[in-house]
Amino acid sequence: MKTFTYQRATSPADAAQAAVAHRRTRFIAGGTNLLDLMKLDIETPEHLVDINRLGLDTIEDSADGGLRIGAMVRNSDLAADPRVRERYPVLSRALLAGASGQLRNKATTGGNLLQRTRCYYFYDTAMPCNKRHPGSGCAAVEGFNRIHAVIGGSESCIATHPSDMAVAMRVLDAVVHTVMPDGSERALPLADVYRLPGDTPEVENALRAGELITHVTLPPPPPGRQIYRKVRDRASYAFALVAVAAIVQMDGDGVASARVAFGGVAPMPWRDDALEAALRGTPDDESSLRAVADTALAGARGHGHNDFKIMLARRTLGAVLVEASGRTAA
Amino acid sequence: MPPKPLRSPARAARHDTMSGGVTHQPAERVTGVDTVKARLRINGTEHELDIDPRVTLLDALREHLGLTGSKKGCDHGQCGACTVLVEGRRINACLTLAVMHDGDTITTVEGLARGETLSPLQASFVRHDGFQCGYCTPGQLCSATGMLDEVRAGWPSVVTPDLRSSPSLTDDEIRERMSGNLCRCSAYPNIVAAIADAAEGAA
Repeated sequence: MKTFTYQRATSPADAAQAAVAHRRTRFIAGGTNLLDLMKLDIETPEHLVDINRLGLDTIEDSADGGLRIGAMVRNSDLAADPRVRERYPVLSRALLAGASGQLRNKATTGGNLLQRTRCYYFYDTAMPCNKRHPGSGCAAVEGFNRIHAVIGGSESCIATHPSDMAVAMRVLDAVVHTVMPDGSERALPLADVYRLPGDTPEVENALRAGELITHVTLPPPPPGRQIYRKVRDRASYAFALVAVAAIVQMDGDGVASARVAFGGVAPMPWRDDALEAALRGTPDDESSLRAVADTALAGARGHGHNDFKIMLARRTLGAVLVEASGRTAA
Repeated sequence: MPPKPLRSPARAARHDTMSGGVTHQPAERVTGVDTVKARLRINGTEHELDIDPRVTLLDALREHLGLTGSKKGCDHGQCGACTVLVEGRRINACLTLAVMHDGDTITTVEGLARGETLSPLQASFVRHDGFQCGYCTPGQLCSATGMLDEVRAGWPSVVTPDLRSSPSLTDDEIRERMSGNLCRCSAYPNIVAAIADAAEGAA
């Protein structure tokens, strides 16, 4: 690991200022992703700002009936919170489907959102990677790309965002709140936090230098059944090949409203507006639901080894919709 | 080349901590690195470190304090051999820096027994033969200790059928909750039995 200087921040604004007062700074919260990457010399910060003693670790009811989640709330605490289990079960399920008990005890809300891809070429410093070394090329597009994106990627990068939590937060229309080095604050819908790779896959999000996530807010839960279904290579402790977070409201005739976010298929948690529009009014029988599910991710394109993800995503969504309809025990 | 000391600095540090007082570990300084102070309470003993901030909690325990019970398997948070309890919660000691734990109370596998009396989980692992080579066992024990506290606190897992009710500790629950601890000897059936038995005894 490269040498770095270390400081313990005393307040969120202090942390943000410290980040721009030094060269090549990283905030460190849980550290479960950053230290992993630092050991491999993929992340090489010259200064670490420890934000573990800032507070920012409470979950509070907000005035609008939603929830305000501190950036330092650990994944395990968020998943176990009675309000999350009762009102946002899709979030609780997504968190519990991710990582291991030990990692969830350490990983934070803010850090989970900003974790880096698990693309094996990104992790292998002997290989070219436009995200790690802009302009060096992408080894995944023509390489072994079984875990890679089928939508939202570019010729420069087809890495996926690995988070489960972010997929649930995307379907819940979460808003990310930050503080700047000058003390000012701003709020970004989660959808606007992430950047698609385009020609600059090294730019993964819209956060500016020194900008620190302080908390995430969830609006009141929309009506409907919340489901998180994750498909992976082993039963536990593996990243998603495909994940579906859905909130589906049925009425007497069929689907009254539906929100769907996909994980494992794109560089960010993926919403499909056309799909959600098509789902409204769909009769609640299995064949009708599966027929609409088969239209999901229009425009998706595999790269060889990951071709299966498109059908897997559609079938996983189909199963989720059938489960939401209550027609069969899916 | 200077002769190798008979007792490594780590060993010496461990010996010194037996008195129970505050100790300074003999840091092996790397020129040009700014060291950072951190005070850790480990298995009931205060330790004052002044170390390279790159040192993980796992390396601080093993190489600086002579507590070699916590094992280094993958060093990337994938195997769980390094699991320790920080403020009662299980974490991977390899994926955190020692200096991030200033003021924290830490329990390693060396701190689970009371003198010569094994903890109920340790005794159960012996009774059920919950190991073969034993390398993953310290991590399994610390992880299971933290895991049973999580169950007692009512935390659900991904296999808990109803998020609104308290989980019951089925074998499926144990397997899911212990998935962060790998055993290459594949002693899993006996590990699950040992944990289930210990949990029943504690209930």
